[in-house]
Amino acid sequence: MLTVLFDGIAAGVLLFLISVGLSVTLGLMNFVNLAHGAFAMLGGYVCVGLLNRLGVPFLATLPIVMLVSAAVGVLLERTLYWRLYGATHLDQVLFSIGLVFVSISTAHFFFGAQQQPLQLPPMLSGQFHLPGGLDVGVYRLFLIVVGLGLAAALQWMVVGTKFGATLRAAVDNPRAARGLGLDVDRVFVATFALGSALAGLGGALGVEMLGLDPEFPVRYIVYFLIVVAVGGSGNIKGSLYASLILGICDVAGKYWLPQAGAFFIYGVMLATLVFRPQGLFGRVAAK
Amino acid sequence: MTSNKTRIATLALAAIFSSGAFAADPIKIGMVLPMSGPFAAYGKQIEHGVRLYLATKGDTFGGRKVELIIKDDSPGTAGDVSKRLAQELVVKDKVDILAGFGLTPSAFAVAPVATEAKKPMVVMNAATSAITTKSNYLVRASMTLPQNTAPIASWAAKNGIKNVFTLVADFGPGQDAEAQFKKTFTAAGGKIVGEVRVPVANPDYGPFLQKIKDTKPDAVFLFLPPGAGTIAFMKGYTERGLAASGIKLIATGDLPDEEIIDAIGDAALGLITSFHYSEAHKSPENAAYVAAYAKAYPKDRPNFMSVGGYDGMHLIAEVLNKTGGDASAEKFIEAAKGMKWISPRGPVSIDPATRDIVQTIYIRKVEKVGGKLQNVEFDQVPDFKDPGKE
Amino acid sequence: MTANVAGPLREAARWKKAEFAFWLLPVAAYFVFPSDLALLSQIAITALFALSLDLILGYAGIVSLGHAAFFGTGAYAAGLLARAGYGDPLLGLAAAAGVAGALGFVTSLLVLRGADLTRLMVTLGVGLVLFEAANKLTAFTGGLDGLQGIEIKPLLGTFAFDMFGRTAYVYSVAVLFAVFWLARRIVHSPFGISLQGIRLNAARMPALGTPVNARLMAVYTLAAAIAGVAGGLLTQTTQFVSIDVLSFPRSAELLLILVLGGTGSLYGALIGAIVFMTAHHLLAGLNPQYWQFWLGLVLIFVVLFARDGLMGALRRLAARWASRFATRRRVA
Repeated sequence: MLTVLFDGIAAGVLLFLISVGLSVTLGLMNFVNLAHGAFAMLGGYVCVGLLNRLGVPFLATLPIVMLVSAAVGVLLERTLYWRLYGATHLDQVLFSIGLVFVSISTAHFFFGAQQQPLQLPPMLSGQFHLPGGLDVGVYRLFLIVVGLGLAAALQWMVVGTKFGATLRAAVDNPRAARGLGLDVDRVFVATFALGSALAGLGGALGVEMLGLDPEFPVRYIVYFLIVVAVGGSGNIKGSLYASLILGICDVAGKYWLPQAGAFFIYGVMLATLVFRPQGLFGRVAAK
Repeated sequence: MTSNKTRIATLALAAIFSSGAFAADPIKIGMVLPMSGPFAAYGKQIEHGVRLYLATKGDTFGGRKVELIIKDDSPGTAGDVSKRLAQELVVKDKVDILAGFGLTPSAFAVAPVATEAKKPMVVMNAATSAITTKSNYLVRASMTLPQNTAPIASWAAKNGIKNVFTLVADFGPGQDAEAQFKKTFTAAGGKIVGEVRVPVANPDYGPFLQKIKDTKPDAVFLFLPPGAGTIAFMKGYTERGLAASGIKLIATGDLPDEEIIDAIGDAALGLITSFHYSEAHKSPENAAYVAAYAKAYPKDRPNFMSVGGYDGMHLIAEVLNKTGGDASAEKFIEAAKGMKWISPRGPVSIDPATRDIVQTIYIRKVEKVGGKLQNVEFDQVPDFKDPGKE
Repeated sequence: MTANVAGPLREAARWKKAEFAFWLLPVAAYFVFPSDLALLSQIAITALFALSLDLILGYAGIVSLGHAAFFGTGAYAAGLLARAGYGDPLLGLAAAAGVAGALGFVTSLLVLRGADLTRLMVTLGVGLVLFEAANKLTAFTGGLDGLQGIEIKPLLGTFAFDMFGRTAYVYSVAVLFAVFWLARRIVHSPFGISLQGIRLNAARMPALGTPVNARLMAVYTLAAAIAGVAGGLLTQTTQFVSIDVLSFPRSAELLLILVLGGTGSLYGALIGAIVFMTAHHLLAGLNPQYWQFWLGLVLIFVVLFARDGLMGALRRLAARWASRFATRRRVA
């Protein structure tokens, strides 16, 4: 019972890492980026490539993954994404679907259709048993520590730094922010880079639990969108709570009612959208 | 000076050769395979097997040269796509034989086309029992789930495993495997203490593994399609200490399939499965097959899907040799019934009553052989028919 | 003096020469491509499906990522009805339209709450829930293996569905034309014009006395019913229903087809379907990975630089040609 809770938290934290970038991008730039999963996939492939082909230790690959994902994010943002900032959501959806197709076929071309093998370092494998019936998986514990640590760091950044203040202003009212002389465009780039970096990290950390193959972006985009829908866009704490709730519900649901399958999460998503369109934790849009 | 006798002889020879001229037309085989999308790996492996056969055994059988036309029915589960492609193959490309079929929906959807068009249909992978009943012109060269499941259930009952928790993917083959396992295992005196059907596209097995751990069975019977799910499950199995707590893992050989066993890694060691093909099978035919495969496709390992393609092609070749190049459905199926040969997997034959494959199912264990993870055979059930039809 | 508003509207509603020429194409195709009729039927069905999406997207401005939900519902409705013994094709289509339309009506209540983005997510959510439902109710739907054993009785009692696809093709095109004619009348009617008004400025429309929500619900229900008919056609022409008919990739692909063809013109949907499926048929054989890659690039390109799709390009070409012609006349 406790183990189910623990596993749910771990799943939620992983989901948070990947989805928080999407939430902020959506809330900040009002950009529906269905290609967000592709950044996670990129992170996964960079990690696996470094680990398997160059023998780089797993933990050392993680910062590299974040840098590469951020770099690619910035590159794409400056060349393609910015053109669609004012466009309709339909256009953004279509554009990001196109990007997804390109990323899937590229991954297919370079890495093949099969699952990528990943061997965790022995220090991160295994499980230990705690009194009270709690089985703690070492890797999952690692995920939770890293995830919650990053969540705390993000929250501090948003609340306690100047960049964070600029970000919040830009999310609440970009026009007024620009009017005050804040460089909103630079905030966009930085946020996009950060979101992509986190997605890449999430993808790399997720290979162990979610697998990695070229179809990754299409398979999981739904989960990320659900987090955003339930947590409210542009809201870091909201994303965290939503991810945790979804992670726990999904894991618990599978444990006790395996027949219900994915219904539960979809049901939660629909209910939230219908009764609280701004998400469980979001603020009503100022648009 | 040409005598009358010579003239008659020449005419006779001409007549003989002109009737053989029909046989000189190439024989077109239309293959419906998932070459892209989520099951692209299946199509690739089956194609490899077929092409390897043609490369090593020649491409002319019964006096006719084989021409392959491959159509991609991605995603592989869309029966309407498979059916349309089969119709095109028959109507437009005028193929003589339909072959391939990576997944059950594809085979189900095309069977009526084979019947209507009177073309033989050779199934090289799709594993649901009922497939061969969908058309009288259908013959299967691969395997069925019940055929691969029953032996491990018997083996488990005979080897001290009294209660089992079953976990299968919720689709045709998974349900077949679950049903067959339950049937054979309980008939042999065993008890099923828990059963779960998981969605096919399932990212995380954590909760299911936890449930199993809490139920504490002697063993878990698993069926998942080869791919991400298998790897995730195996890793979770080791990580959560299910192996350490003495819960054995038994499955069909789909789990430690050569194509993904390396991705699972050492977590697969000790796994006991029943299956019809292992790369480590010791026979001269398999040694030759594995060597030829490694040469032609150095980046891949030969597995049951490529053998399905290889044997399917062998079946077609031998039938053509027997009928002298006549690929009409009635003659083809007649010739195929009862056909026996030694495949890289072992001795196989086609059951005349059901047109399905009869073969030896081996019980194997995952061990490291020469630094490579292999399924090492240690027991077998020879001439095993598909129990799903009984 | 009142402005002659009716004039241009009536002019737009009249059938143009180019339209007559267009509808001769399916007739010609029957004779020119007799061995490709299976593919051509699929094109007609996809065109009908795209048409239904155009009504809500191109005219009413509702972005849907889950339109396949109605397509699939119609497909299963027709399939299950046939399996129960009622294999008459037209009856099946009626059932498909009815069930899908009913579902559309119910979901329209959900879809209309909330703004743009929420709507998108709801349509996605509905599609996913239906897919999961079909996946779980294997006894009913056949799950991942699909629904088989569907026997469709001959159309009108005489024309059987064979593997050459002749009956299937004529049937599909006939249904497509009938529904198209209906849709065309609707978009040129006051109802249809009001939809465009809603798309362009939903806030202002109530000032004109338009019941916005009622109109949107009506068009959403109609589009769902049409999508259901397309799904039913697919079941009847292939005698099989695979769970794919409800999948997200099918919805996404449809969106793509419509945008490539050009939204808001009805013909864009048809042209998009023809071009996309023909290209897919010809190119996918080469290398499936290349197809997906180039499709992605084309989509990105279209969204960034050619947003109004093929219809837009055609319109601009026609306008340029017309103006050049006019100039020449003036000079002469």
